[in-house]
Amino acid sequence: METLFFTIVAAVAVLSSILVITCKNPINSALSLVMTFFCLATFYVMLDAPFMAAIQVIVYAGAIMVLIVFVIMLLNIRSETGKRTNHAVAVSSILAFFVLFEACYFLFRSTPAKEGMGPLTSNVIEKIGHTELIGKAMYSEFLLPFEITSLLLLVAIIGAVILSKKKI
Amino acid sequence: MDALLALPPMYYVAMVAKVLVAFVFVLLTVAYATYAERKVIGFMQVRLGPMRTGWYGLLQPIADGLKLFFKEEIIPKQASTFAFLVAPLIALVPAFISFAVIPFGGNIEVFGYTIPLQIASVYDPQVGKVLDLNVGVLYILGMASLGVYGIVLAGWSSNSKYSLLGGLRASAQMISYELAAGLAIITVFLMSGSLSLNQIVADQAGAFGVTGWYLFRNPCTFVAGIIFFICSIAEINRTPFDLPEAETELVSGFCTEYSSMKYAMFFMAEYANMVTVCAVTTTLFLGGWHGPAFLPGWMWFVAKVYFLIFCCMWIRATYPRYRYDQLMRLGWKVFLPITLVLVVLTALWIMAFGTEPWFSFIM
Repeated sequence: METLFFTIVAAVAVLSSILVITCKNPINSALSLVMTFFCLATFYVMLDAPFMAAIQVIVYAGAIMVLIVFVIMLLNIRSETGKRTNHAVAVSSILAFFVLFEACYFLFRSTPAKEGMGPLTSNVIEKIGHTELIGKAMYSEFLLPFEITSLLLLVAIIGAVILSKKKI
Repeated sequence: MDALLALPPMYYVAMVAKVLVAFVFVLLTVAYATYAERKVIGFMQVRLGPMRTGWYGLLQPIADGLKLFFKEEIIPKQASTFAFLVAPLIALVPAFISFAVIPFGGNIEVFGYTIPLQIASVYDPQVGKVLDLNVGVLYILGMASLGVYGIVLAGWSSNSKYSLLGGLRASAQMISYELAAGLAIITVFLMSGSLSLNQIVADQAGAFGVTGWYLFRNPCTFVAGIIFFICSIAEINRTPFDLPEAETELVSGFCTEYSSMKYAMFFMAEYANMVTVCAVTTTLFLGGWHGPAFLPGWMWFVAKVYFLIFCCMWIRATYPRYRYDQLMRLGWKVFLPITLVLVVLTALWIMAFGTEPWFSFIM
């Protein structure tokens, strides 16, 4: 049952991510990307990470993609009809190929862990709660990176305000 | 998921029954909310509202539905067809599926099985408590943020200036008010210590079924509850925040080019969103299905939701529409700072006095 469900969602994910790059219309591509994010959220749920799934939907599908759609609408980008090949496309496709190759290499090289499960098993997550575990780790063990990230975000916000407003 | 498959078949029957009952109930509420809105506003303006169709106009929603169903479907020639067709669906679906996590009553016993009145939950007899989605509130927030797409796409794909302006206004408005609403919900998290809606409702039980409501627990959550409700009204684009469809300036905005059933879907989505938002406010701040014991839980839930829906209509009949810059100022410069301060104040209050209702100190 779970495998069947996974296969269906994975098929939708692959199909929609192919549509992201093949759609002529940028808005349709953006919509396909939302669909892909949604499928990824489903995978997070199946991997016992409901908090990640919710954040994936709220932040990526709900906020970032809305802004992207917004920008596409405002810039009024025409559908890409002609064929355009330049160096950037060639270089990025070569890079993507290398990344894929590396991923496959490590995937085939890997073996199951010998020591068994780590401390965070499905049972622990179910008992304490995924959100609570992430919150505890973030505010104790990873406090410094967390604070640095928030400072960076603050700088980015101020930068955006200064860039967009000529007169303050 | 494997644990779910091991359950006795009664659970599946119960689950399907819950889905059907809740869905039909919400659909009927949506249909009759349109009638109620016309009646309520009619009475408030000293008119009678719909009177001709059936007894006191009771068949009006059905007549409207039939009329819209048989209208000609028009797709503008220059429209982007795919987005134009899916936009009403994207608007409608998130409004309905939010109901999957809202608890609308206490546990009931059927043939010896305990069944919680919440769609996405099961009663685990071994542990002796209800298991539900433990990120319920985030699920609702996620669905609310997906609702934007329907309106934005409708506005863009119609290829009309009015629609585009409506769509742009809608997205800016929804994104701005989502923040304040989310921050107001954080005060609830602070009080309950859990993201599961079932836990949040269970935590609001108290003397007479009223004193435990988060709205009355402490002054900070009282203000947060009111702000949450206002922000929710703004997020679903109802008057006085109905800038995206302002018929006097934008000729009904994002749905200008829509006709027939697709227009009806937007109409349904608007009312379904209203019902959802009222149900969420009830669950988070008004104690869910808790109430004085002389009525069963689900009746209290329905009564509270209907009262909030009435409040929405009341607000619509009372206040004029905001100007666009006023709307943005209200969201970013008033509600956002207030809710930010409220989060800190609630935390301080809990540190000082705990999560007990504030009047328990006086008495």
